[in-house]
Amino acid sequence: MPKANVTFQDVGVTVTVPAGTRLIEVSEKVGAGITYGCREGECCTCLTKIISGDENLAAPSVLEAQVLKDNLAPSHHRLACQAQVLGGEVVVKPA
Amino acid sequence: MTMVTNPTNCAAAEGAIQLLPGVHWVGALDPGLRSFDIILKTANGTTYNSYVVRGSAGVAVIDTVKENFSDTFFRRLESVADYGEITAIVLNHLEPDHSGALPELLRRAPQAKLYISSRGQPMLKGLLHGDRLAYVPTQTGTTVDLGDRTLRFLQTPYLHWPDTQCTYIEEDGVLFSGDVFGCHFCDQRLFNDAVGDFRFSFEYYYAHIMRPFRSHVLEALDLIAPLPLKLIAPAHGPILREAPQRYVARYRELSASGLKNEAADEKTLLIFYLSAYGSTRAMAEALAAGAEDASGVRVSLYDIEGGEVAPFVDLIEEADGLAFGSPTINGDAVKPVWDLLSSLTAVNVRGKVGAAFGSYGWSGEAVQMVEDRLRGLKLRVPVKGVRARLIPTVEELGECRALGRELALHLTGRQESTVIDMAALA
Repeated sequence: MPKANVTFQDVGVTVTVPAGTRLIEVSEKVGAGITYGCREGECCTCLTKIISGDENLAAPSVLEAQVLKDNLAPSHHRLACQAQVLGGEVVVKPA
Repeated sequence: MTMVTNPTNCAAAEGAIQLLPGVHWVGALDPGLRSFDIILKTANGTTYNSYVVRGSAGVAVIDTVKENFSDTFFRRLESVADYGEITAIVLNHLEPDHSGALPELLRRAPQAKLYISSRGQPMLKGLLHGDRLAYVPTQTGTTVDLGDRTLRFLQTPYLHWPDTQCTYIEEDGVLFSGDVFGCHFCDQRLFNDAVGDFRFSFEYYYAHIMRPFRSHVLEALDLIAPLPLKLIAPAHGPILREAPQRYVARYRELSASGLKNEAADEKTLLIFYLSAYGSTRAMAEALAAGAEDASGVRVSLYDIEGGEVAPFVDLIEEADGLAFGSPTINGDAVKPVWDLLSSLTAVNVRGKVGAAFGSYGWSGEAVQMVEDRLRGLKLRVPVKGVRARLIPTVEELGECRALGRELALHLTGRQESTVIDMAALA
């Protein structure tokens, strides 16, 4: 299975993950500062800044795109409960 | 058409109350209410404040009331406006105590445009369930032209919901502030220079509704404070026409640190514990020693058994890191720990560093349960907690020291960069 590296910049931890992993599956386990509310892509609590590797994440779903828009999220920001890592290197930190 | 009543007698009358020529209160009084939204005591009941603004080219309704007060609201509204005249309906906040009469108002004034914060759409959907979802999303600076009056919106998210906003009449210096500057205090005299002493209610409301969002309060005050303010018209409680800026200033004071923090330039770690036989206390002391060894962190140790919850909450609000030690008794953390942890919704703990530890006899579930609670409170828990059966060994106390050291390194940004495989996290 293809692998990817996700770096949680605020805690200095890089995790090697299988392609398709969502950020939520990893961030709490390493103690990163991304925090969660509904965990279903509605509340925007887990807004996360993508420092680099935006192109290595699956495109936002219609739901995620709408929530980002409704909450006036800046560019290069995603919901950690939704964003899936496809490969390569991704660096993130709490928004 | 206009049936404006004497402001000193509004409870007995059914008409609107004039704030300024063309600006009226059309809300409802609820003097018998004794608890609000479960979490607040309301010794003086509350009011649901709604307003009507008449301009030369349109009429706006600002907020509505709780649904079972709709009849009163509509009677007052009808005393100053026809439904066919209404061009704008503004909801500064969509909780049911302000939006209860909205569906019926939309039915009676179908031509009116609905203005809500762009963040209010999910709430509107939850309220109207598809009945009528057309609305104009507002942002800071969005305006509504009423002819000789202009409404301007200020986005004040998280005061106290994501959708909260204020609406300002530029020409009059009137701010319809929603829940901001509000309180649960019902007095038919309605204006702050006429009602009874409501200072306690004002501060109590801030402490329970706004305090968890005090960083957002400060951001909102930066928008509000520069405005020329003749009058603040909140969605609950007295209308602030006498020295409204005083209430803006008080919000700024309340949003500042309550205690002078002598460690303000240093990271702080608070360690709370309970101990029946001294084991969890020994672990707490080892954790503290480990954090002290790492330097750069001011460590404080508290035995929960000897304290009250409220002052601990004040300390926690200011702290950077929190560690909780609980023995496991009957498969659970002990009640005083839960009492403290269940009181933290009144303050913002999001993103603080958290950890748990504790001794146990049989199974030791408390540490994991407390860690889960900390994550639920949106703390980050970067280091796995330490458990010790009965009396901690030298090695286990060493683990506590290491936990303290790791927490200190995380608090000061000195943790080592690591690369791990996801499989190792299971």
